[in-house]
Amino acid sequence: MSTARAVLTVSELTRRLQEVLEDRFPAVWVEGEISNYRLYGSGHAYFTLKDPDSQIRVVLFRNRGHRIKFEPADGLHVMAFGSIEVYPQRGEYQLVIELLEPKGLGALQLAFEQLKARLQAEGLFDQARKRELPRFPRKIGIVTSTSGAALRDILRVIGRRFGELHIVIAPCRVQGEGAAEEIAQGLRDLNALGGVDIIIVGRGGGSLEDLWAFNEEIVARAIAASKVPIVSAVGHEVDFTIADFVADLRAPTPSAAAELVVREKQAVIDSLGQLRARLERFAARPLRDLERRVDELTARLRREMRGELGRAGHRVALAIRALRASDPVARVAGDRHRLANLQSRLVTALTRRRDRARYGLRTAVGRLDSLSPLAVLGRGYSLTRTPTGEIVQSPAQVSVGEAIRVLLHRGSLDARVTDTREQDDRPQV
Amino acid sequence: MTDLKFEDCLARLEQIVGRLETGNLPLEESLKIFEEGIGLARTCARYLEDAEKRIEVLARDESGALGARPFAWEPEREQ
Repeated sequence: MSTARAVLTVSELTRRLQEVLEDRFPAVWVEGEISNYRLYGSGHAYFTLKDPDSQIRVVLFRNRGHRIKFEPADGLHVMAFGSIEVYPQRGEYQLVIELLEPKGLGALQLAFEQLKARLQAEGLFDQARKRELPRFPRKIGIVTSTSGAALRDILRVIGRRFGELHIVIAPCRVQGEGAAEEIAQGLRDLNALGGVDIIIVGRGGGSLEDLWAFNEEIVARAIAASKVPIVSAVGHEVDFTIADFVADLRAPTPSAAAELVVREKQAVIDSLGQLRARLERFAARPLRDLERRVDELTARLRREMRGELGRAGHRVALAIRALRASDPVARVAGDRHRLANLQSRLVTALTRRRDRARYGLRTAVGRLDSLSPLAVLGRGYSLTRTPTGEIVQSPAQVSVGEAIRVLLHRGSLDARVTDTREQDDRPQV
Repeated sequence: MTDLKFEDCLARLEQIVGRLETGNLPLEESLKIFEEGIGLARTCARYLEDAEKRIEVLARDESGALGARPFAWEPEREQ
C-alpha cells in the first residue's frame, strides 16, 4: 500500500510560493549595484540588482519611472524600495520598485550633474547661443506663480523703476508634480502671444527639491527653443539651476532680474534729453558759423570804405588849403584865364581822386569776395537788412509794411514785411 | 517710423547725433538728418509719454485659445 503523495501542479506550487513571497515582502528596501540596465520602448525598465554573492531581477514600470529623478545606469550603487512579485509564466520572482535612490550622492544632485553634463555636451549652454537683451523692453513676459513672492518682487521693482510698461504673466506652478511642464508651457505661450520683448522665468528661494522644476530637461528645452530672450531668476544668489545655464542671462534673484531688465524711467528720459540737446547744438553750429563770418565781412567792408574815402577827402582838403594860401583874389583879378584853368584842374583832380577812391573800394570788395566768405550764401542762406542797414535777427526789429532788403548769393531782393511771427517753422522740440 | 521700436528709434537718434558731431557734413545733408533726428526724438518722447501701465495674466478659454485678462495688483498695499 502506498502512501498517498501530496502532488501539486506547477501552478499550484507557484501560487503558494507567490502567496508566501508576496505576503512576506510587500514593501522592502534593498541595496545593491545596478547591472544590465535596459529601458524599453514601452517605457518600462528592467535591470539586475546585485552584490558580490547574489542578484535579483528588478522591474521599473513606466508609471513609476517618472518619479525617479536621476537616470539609472549600470554600476550605480542604489537603494530600491518596492515589493516582491512572482512571475508565474517563467517561474521567476522580481522586485517591482516604487522608488530608487542613489547611494552616497543625493538623487537630485546626481540627476542635476547628469543633465548638466548632457546639455553642456549638446552645446545648450554655449555663449554663442545667448541672445542679446533689449535695452528698452516695452512688453515683458513673466513665467512664475501668481501667488509667489517672486512675482510681487518683480512687479514692485518694475513699478518703481518704470511703471508704464506692459507686463504679461504666464501663470504656472513652480514646484511639485507637473510644475516643469507648466513652466515650459508658459514659455511657449508667451512666445506664441507675440510682441513680448523679454521673458523673466523664475521663483523665490526654496530647498533643492522646491527648485527642482527648473532643473528639468523640459524647462531647459523650452528656454533654448524660445525666440524671445530669457532671463532666469531662480531662488537666491547661491542657487544655480539648469535653467540658469540655458537662459540668456541669469539673475541672482527675481528682484535683480527686474532691475536688469527695466531701466529707470528717469534715466531713459535723461539720456533722451541729452541726445536732443546734442542734436540741436551741433545742428545750429553751421548757422552760427555763417552768421559770424557775415558779421566779420560787414565790419571789414565798413573799415575799408572809411579808409579810402578818408584818404580822398584829406587830399581834397589839402588842395583847397593850398588854393587858399595862394591868395586867389589878387591873382584872379589879373588873370581870369588862369583861374578858369585852375578851377578846371581842381575839378579834374577831385574827379580823379573820387574815381580812384571808387576803384579802391571795388578792389577791396573784390578781394573780400575772393576770400569768399559771402560765397556761403551760395548754400542757400540769405541776409536780411532793414532800410538802415541793420541785420534782421528777430521779427521785433521790423514792423509790418516796412521795406527790407534781402541779400542773396546772386543779387538782392527788396521786399516788404507782410507778417511777423515770434516762432518760426523750424521743427520745435 | 511708427513701427520702429523705441530701442531702434533711440539707436538711430544716437547715430545721427554722432554724425552731426563728427562728420563735416554739407549744410543740406546736415539739415536733412537734423530733421530726421528731431522726428526721432519726438517719437521717442511720445513713446515715453504714451507708455501705460498694463499688467495682464494669460488664460485659456473653454476652447483652449490663449487670451489675456487684467491682473489686479496693488504695490502700495505691500510693505
